[in-house]
Amino acid sequence: MAALKFDNEISIVIAGAAGQGIGSITQIIAETAKQSGFNIFYTKEYMSRIKGGCNSSTIIVSSDKVDAYKESADFVFAIEKENLNHAKNRISDSTILISEYDVQPPLDKFKNTLISGIIIGILDVDLVLLQENLKKTFLNKDNDIIDKNIKAVAKGYEIGKNLIREKNISINIQKDTTTKDEILINGNDATALGCIAGGVDFISSYPMSPSTGILTFLAKQSKEFNIIVEQAEDEIAAINMGLGAWYAGARAMTSTSGGGFALMTEAVSLAGMTEMPMVIYLGQRPGPATGLPTRTEQGDLNLALYSGHGEFPRIIFTPGNLEDCFYLAQKAFDLADKFQVPVFILSDQYLADSCYNTKPFDIENAEITEYIEKTTDNYKRYILTQNGISPRGIPNYGDGFIVVDSDEHDEDGHITENLDLRIQMVEKRMAKLKSIRRESILPDYFGKPDVKILVLGWGSTCNIIKESLNKISNPDIGFLYFKQVYPLNKTVLQYFKNAEKVICVENNFTGQFSNLLKLELNISVDEKILKYNGLPFSVEELTSKINEGLK
Amino acid sequence: MNDDKQNLDIAWCPGCGDFSILRILKEALIELEINPKELVICSGIGQAAKTPHYLDCNVFNGLHGRALPPATAIKAVNPKLTVIAISGDGDMYGEGGNHFLNAMRRNPNITNIVNNNMVYALTKGQASPTTQKGVVTAVQNAGVSAEPFNPIATAIAQDASFVARAFCGDIEQSKEILKKAILHKGYSLVDIFQPCVTFNKINTFKWFKENTYYLDETYNPLDKIKAFEKSLENEKYPLGIFYINENKTVFEETDANKDITCINSLDRCKNRAEKLQKIIKSYQFV
Repeated sequence: MAALKFDNEISIVIAGAAGQGIGSITQIIAETAKQSGFNIFYTKEYMSRIKGGCNSSTIIVSSDKVDAYKESADFVFAIEKENLNHAKNRISDSTILISEYDVQPPLDKFKNTLISGIIIGILDVDLVLLQENLKKTFLNKDNDIIDKNIKAVAKGYEIGKNLIREKNISINIQKDTTTKDEILINGNDATALGCIAGGVDFISSYPMSPSTGILTFLAKQSKEFNIIVEQAEDEIAAINMGLGAWYAGARAMTSTSGGGFALMTEAVSLAGMTEMPMVIYLGQRPGPATGLPTRTEQGDLNLALYSGHGEFPRIIFTPGNLEDCFYLAQKAFDLADKFQVPVFILSDQYLADSCYNTKPFDIENAEITEYIEKTTDNYKRYILTQNGISPRGIPNYGDGFIVVDSDEHDEDGHITENLDLRIQMVEKRMAKLKSIRRESILPDYFGKPDVKILVLGWGSTCNIIKESLNKISNPDIGFLYFKQVYPLNKTVLQYFKNAEKVICVENNFTGQFSNLLKLELNISVDEKILKYNGLPFSVEELTSKINEGLK
Repeated sequence: MNDDKQNLDIAWCPGCGDFSILRILKEALIELEINPKELVICSGIGQAAKTPHYLDCNVFNGLHGRALPPATAIKAVNPKLTVIAISGDGDMYGEGGNHFLNAMRRNPNITNIVNNNMVYALTKGQASPTTQKGVVTAVQNAGVSAEPFNPIATAIAQDASFVARAFCGDIEQSKEILKKAILHKGYSLVDIFQPCVTFNKINTFKWFKENTYYLDETYNPLDKIKAFEKSLENEKYPLGIFYINENKTVFEETDANKDITCINSLDRCKNRAEKLQKIIKSYQFV
């Protein structure tokens, strides 16, 4: 009998300093394992530095679909011995720790690729597959470097095989034929692809973790999809450029995080007043101020909700899985254009950097609805209408003038101080909220109907909550995942009818969504499960917290 | 460009230099035969920033200090448009200073008019970035201690592609400068001196007349060093075109942008399905 037996799932942690190539090998290992038919989840946590410190990535290899962060580690690989300490809270008696590698120079310089070989050896995946993937990733390196990496991988593979034998380890993970057609993608790329599907053709941003991935992804695809990409001098310029771009006929967005977004808020108000569409990707990280630049939090819901002076409608999407990253990003452009309002895609570092195999995104409905109207010479940009939406024209498309103004304005768009007209214009802008609310995307519900205990989540906690409840496996508990947090549609109330206990899970201190629920729908949350140390919930942690909450 | 718009409720004080600048701008646009449908005027906030409302054209009257970022984007999205950004000294050089610097670096083919009256007028008479040292205001009650901002020297140092200064009291000369600025391909700055009849009792119409002179025909605006020297003169302020650099690529035609901006703006987001499918499939890693 095997001394150590891992059935259906193993969790591997790789720890090392920034700059030691953990990120690149994690990706190569994951791709290789996915290609050979395993289900994969991986994520990373890292410090705010380019070299040094200690970072780690977690790879979960599973017989079943896996999409949520787990804390426990079956294997911990450390590039240097001291890196083991980084994972100390995740180590149990059964964890296999590997930090010393029996290799001769020059292969000792390639510990990261050596580790990838060991892991692939342990998983009993084809070595050649890994070597091919490595070559693809290192395409631009010189031959000598590639050659040494290939040798390091082979050596690692041998070490991995020996390890299994010597320690009498048995790993029993089933291959899943459905993974073949699935895509292995992270939240950032899924969101950026959704933006492309939504028709983005202009992005101006100021780089800021963890949102920069969107900007670089679109920069890479700039020529392919005709996207004007500009790195603005500051976030103020970034969003004001975006508004100018929409005005002239583009489908624009900006990407930022809390501190950068704080600078954008005046222009969010401008979008409100000029009824200019705008898409804002807000990748949350812990604040206040600079906070923890590379960590995760859900602390900026209130910021997005209340950003910008004055009153005007807005839409806030909070994707919680990769599918929704794609579809909501796509939808954001449509709704921004349709209702002429700012639309937020509120994500966070955890979701942006997490990756798992999922069904390929369906682009059957990628047809972009055109809302721009060819104008006539009596065109009025802000003509008063029943539903508040005035057909939007752009300069030099038809015979009208497009006049937009940050001041209160008349139907033509010119400055006015007519206070009766002011009332009409306020009511016109706010009338749009009614239609937006009606079309609001409802939360997904998981569980039996009319349960007594209802767990709520929004955004990136979705999969973690789902997996925790799977583990708890209590038929009296249901889960409601909000992918749009504002505005809320009152049909949501149906889920609360029989709920005797409502638990809300949030990655923040104050329970911002719980408070919003009270405000919007008069729903009281009985118990808040909150976390704000800069890390996502783990399945184990949340399972025990929900269990505690049930007592 | 039509002649006078009817029934306008103009928000400027009687005698304001903005009236002359409006006239100069309107006449320049008429003489250049610019189709108002193809014209967008962006502005920020302040009395000068109201200018586009008094013209028949497309208008983007945005936030204080923020006329240049939308103007840059509008020109990039639709290069066929003539784009002008107009605001006052406080808006362009103070609140929007970073955008001013970066518009020069990007070099979009737009014209930037700055109505420079050396005072914050709409907030009732505080110092602006161009207020001269020692001027006493309700806020700077011991006199302005900061050095006045020199937009002309800054623009030349930054190698802005067209740098000029005008005076709104000289309609014909200013109009000629402005026409050249609009025709110039690249970012063009026209800083235009104007009196503020209500709040600036120092830099009056008479003061500007007495403290300015025109660069003569022998002056060569292609000479950057000479231009910089001229920009530093403050005994009497030179008027005219200080500097031109015609060898700069405009923002809309950079290597990154030229293949995109030449496509009709409404067509750029079309026909993506096949390419998008291909990228999505690449994540299958098969």
